[in-house]
Amino acid sequence: MSAKRFIANHVVDLPRSGIRDFFAIVSQMPQAVSLGIGEPDFVTPWHIREAAIYALEKGKTSYTDNRGLIRLRQEISRYVESDFGVSYRPDTEILVAVGVSEALDIALRALINPGDKVLYHEPCYVSYSPSILLAHGIPVGVPTLAKDQFALDPAALEAAWEPGCKILLLNFPTNPTGGVANRKVLERIAHFAQEKDLLVISDEIYAELTFDGEHVSIASLPGMRDRTLFLHGFSKAFAMTGFRIGYGCGPAELIEAMMKVHQYSMMCAPILSQEAAIEALRNGRPAVARMKEQYHKRRDFIVRRFNEAGLDCHTPQGSFYTFPSVATSGLKSLDFCHRLLKEEEVAIVPGTAFGPSGEGFVRASFSMSYENLIKAADRIERMVGRLVDSGATAAVNNAS
Amino acid sequence: MNPVLDLLLQGERLSTEQMAQVLGLSEVAIEAALKQLQAEGKLLGWRPVLNPEAGEETIVRAVIEVKISPEREGGFDKLALRISRFDEVESCHLMSGSYDLLLFCSGKSLRAVATFVSERLSTIDGVLSTATHFLLRTYKEQGYLLVANPDVADKPAVSP
Ligand SMILES: Cc1ncc(COP(=O)(O)O)c(C=O)c1O
Repeated sequence: MSAKRFIANHVVDLPRSGIRDFFAIVSQMPQAVSLGIGEPDFVTPWHIREAAIYALEKGKTSYTDNRGLIRLRQEISRYVESDFGVSYRPDTEILVAVGVSEALDIALRALINPGDKVLYHEPCYVSYSPSILLAHGIPVGVPTLAKDQFALDPAALEAAWEPGCKILLLNFPTNPTGGVANRKVLERIAHFAQEKDLLVISDEIYAELTFDGEHVSIASLPGMRDRTLFLHGFSKAFAMTGFRIGYGCGPAELIEAMMKVHQYSMMCAPILSQEAAIEALRNGRPAVARMKEQYHKRRDFIVRRFNEAGLDCHTPQGSFYTFPSVATSGLKSLDFCHRLLKEEEVAIVPGTAFGPSGEGFVRASFSMSYENLIKAADRIERMVGRLVDSGATAAVNNAS
Repeated sequence: MNPVLDLLLQGERLSTEQMAQVLGLSEVAIEAALKQLQAEGKLLGWRPVLNPEAGEETIVRAVIEVKISPEREGGFDKLALRISRFDEVESCHLMSGSYDLLLFCSGKSLRAVATFVSERLSTIDGVLSTATHFLLRTYKEQGYLLVANPDVADKPAVSP
């Protein structure tokens, strides 16, 4: 008899990530140029790696305080206050977690009663809807649109509200669209959250990689600190994905509730990663600035090339992703990506992996060398050219 | 910084056409910028960075500390330039501290470098003393680490 009968219903029902499906195919093609990666192409700056090595040499191999090393929480407190304009107490209002991934998971588990609804904007990071479902919540997706540069339209958010909504999950700059929210938009969203008494979970993991304008944290707006969980981490800006380290900041009661889940499921984040994170916050700014400058230049380049190639590509205001439309090709996202992989050996991710509103779009990361970006752009241009030509021929044939 | 120079300094080997693509300029503009950088003396040349440990060129390298007496006219410059002109001298710097010039020298053999020091360098009027240190092994060369690249094969080609 199949062992499947042992699996919990809500896990059986959980859809597989579209990314994983695609990854399975790409991993058979090592020669493909991949713009499918969701992490920095830089390795962690050496001074940060060196701090981890030093900690290991010093024999720092123990558990830590469940909340994380107090030295790290103090650094986080300083950093968040100076860069995001919100102040949190290191002893009670900050929790160090195993990436934003864990911080988000324990936040949802700590806050959701079965059947509570969670508003979030999509296309979005692949984990949001499954994480809500795993916590027995009900995801309520609000589409963001290319015409708004994938910024969340507060009116659409207000329209999507329904009784039972308890949490609003935000991610600016957004993976996969590069959408951001300016102060005005955030003020309106904040007003809405207050009116409907929503708790806001704000995943700001790409904050440092904001290229145009200032990044504003919704937690810093009047009246929002007490109803916001601010999530951030080291994976993107500091190129530390493999360290698996992030944090959550918020009102003491909520952090304490997350702590309860965290202490029983994770105990604490790895001590070596915590030591590395301290070094990152103390001395990592120049490296972050250098990497950001590279991303910024590559963004300008690849957006231009995609548009020249015939894909309608808006300029992502933050993150290291472009999210061009593949409408001119006449193909659906998934078909476009499959054919691009087969015919031109370029891997990008279909927009539908990030939610239903991603149909018609693809995610291409520019966390990549110019050589590969050029190669990928040339090949995409070639394929779009072929598709547009054959589409035009078909149209003429249909007309006659 | 000049954007063309900035791109070159990143160390990716790009053709003029690729550089034009990346910077959104014409190929003509790239060539002109490169010519101008050379004309202005900002860009000196195009030598590749070789791995001395790979044995592509069998050379011996040494750093040499040189004490010289400054001349009444021209200070250190005249003598420094004179020394710099020797083919054996790869680079030459005026230093603060206990000696004056630091030379990076190379030759086909230990003997060739030794001969250069004893017969050419130290016999020059104004050279007071030299101290020669031979390079045994290189770990980093002009910004390039001489270790195998990190094993990036572990990084998934597609990730969320
Ligand atoms: C929006 C967003 N949130 C969270 C994460 C996970 O980050 P971490 O590595 O901190 O778990 C990612 C990673 O891709 C992301 O894009």
